Parts: sequence; C-alpha cells; structure tokens
Amino acid sequence: MIALNWFDIVFFVFGLVLVASSVMVAFARNLIYSAFSLLGALVAVAVLFVLLSADFLAVTQILIYMGGILVLILFAIMLTSTIRDVRISNRSVAEGAAFLIALITFVLLGILAWNAPWLEARNPTYEPTTREIGNLLLSKYILPFEIASVLLLVAVVGAVVLARKEVKRP
Amino acid sequence: MHVGLSHFLLLGAVLFVAGLYCVLTRRNAIGVLLGVELILNGANVNLAAFSHYSAGEMGGQIFALFAIVLAAAEAAVALAIVLAIYRTFHESIDMEDASLLKG
Repeated sequence: MIALNWFDIVFFVFGLVLVASSVMVAFARNLIYSAFSLLGALVAVAVLFVLLSADFLAVTQILIYMGGILVLILFAIMLTSTIRDVRISNRSVAEGAAFLIALITFVLLGILAWNAPWLEARNPTYEPTTREIGNLLLSKYILPFEIASVLLLVAVVGAVVLARKEVKRP
Repeated sequence: MHVGLSHFLLLGAVLFVAGLYCVLTRRNAIGVLLGVELILNGANVNLAAFSHYSAGEMGGQIFALFAIVLAAAEAAVALAIVLAIYRTFHESIDMEDASLLKG
C-alpha cells in the first residue's frame, strides 16, 4: 500500500488533466475545441505552480494567460473563420513524420528527466514569494524588467500598426 | 514513491512535445500559435520546478514571469499578423497560402 499525501493526489489529478488537455490541443480537429482545451491546460499549469510554492506566478498565469491571451485567441478565431468553415481551415499535414519527431523528442526528454542525478533540496519551503520577487525585480533584475516594459510598448504599437486598415489619403 | 523534481520535468516534457506536434502539423496560423503557447508553458513548469527544488533560489520564478510577459507580447503581435494575413490572402489563414517570400 502506497501512502499518498495530498500533494501527490493533487499532482496526479491535475497532471492527468494537463496531459489530456494538451493532447486535445494537439489533436482536436476543430480549432475551437483546441482553444478550450488550452484553457484546461493553463488551469492545470497554474495548479502546478501552486504546488511548486510559486503563488505569485500562479496568479499571473491565471490573469495574463486565461484573462488575456486566451480571450485574444478566441477573438481571433471568431474574426478569421466562420464557425462553419473551421473544420476545413484547420487541416493538418505530415502527421506521421511529426508524430515520429514528437515521440523521439519525448523519449529523449523523458530519459533525461528521469535518470539525471538532479540535486534536490530535502525540504523545500512554502513561503509567500511576492516580497522576494518584488525585491529582486527592482534590484538584481532591474535591467530585464525595464527592457520588458519597452518591449511591451513596442509590441502594442506594432500590433496596432499591423492590424489597422490602410487609410488612403487623397 | 513521492512526487519529486523528475515528475514535474516529465509533465513539462509532455507539454513541450504536444506543442511541438501542434506546431509541426497545423496549417492554421492560430493553431500554430496555440502550440507555441503550450511550449512556453512547458518551459515555465520546468523553471518553477527547478526554482522550488533548489531551496529558495528565486531566479527560476523571475524568468518564468518574464516568459509570461513575452508570451503576452508575442500573442498580441502574432494575432495582428494573422488578421493582416486574413485580409491580404482573401479570407484564409492557411500558412501555405502566405508564401510570397518563398524563393
């Protein structure tokens, strides 16, 4: 009899959700189903972040990925293809070769993850991380932080320029 | 057998491989974007796992945070490009239609 604690149970339940929904994203014929499976995968990743004592990261994942990126993707799906045509516009090519490449990659990564002698801390701590992240972002990682803000500005301006309609001036 | 670092790395590998398959097979531009999001999430799981199991080293979580920010910027620009392709190539976002730069 294997004694399972709550950590293992939550891990295996949401690991199963994660595997099922990420496989659904890759294999679903209808793009809408893929997008909604991505929702399940993102929730499961947020739960994994909680298990890994990354509370701030889990909240950020839910806010930005599910509140922002997924809604954006759903908008784009609705704008670019009528629901009727989704099945046709979502064709797949070279499935055999791609499956082989994915399988080989997974076997190699799995062997690496399972057999490598990782140095694990004996007793990982569970503490709020927000204060530490805030301190690090404004001291050690201040340059990447500022560059990220400039990058976001550039991305927003670029998205507006790309997506607007051409206006012909007389 | 208790859940340890290897289990989280395996889940990250599953996410990465599903995203890789999605990017390789889809010809719908938004489908490819979904695959890229899966790959980025796999990387984030790995970063957070290494951060947790190295006893309080926060660098991994910081970089996962930057990866999320980059994913948001990437999604905004990529979807704008998708809309531009949709208008230019007669209401299609099949990536093989957009081959004007092909030599």
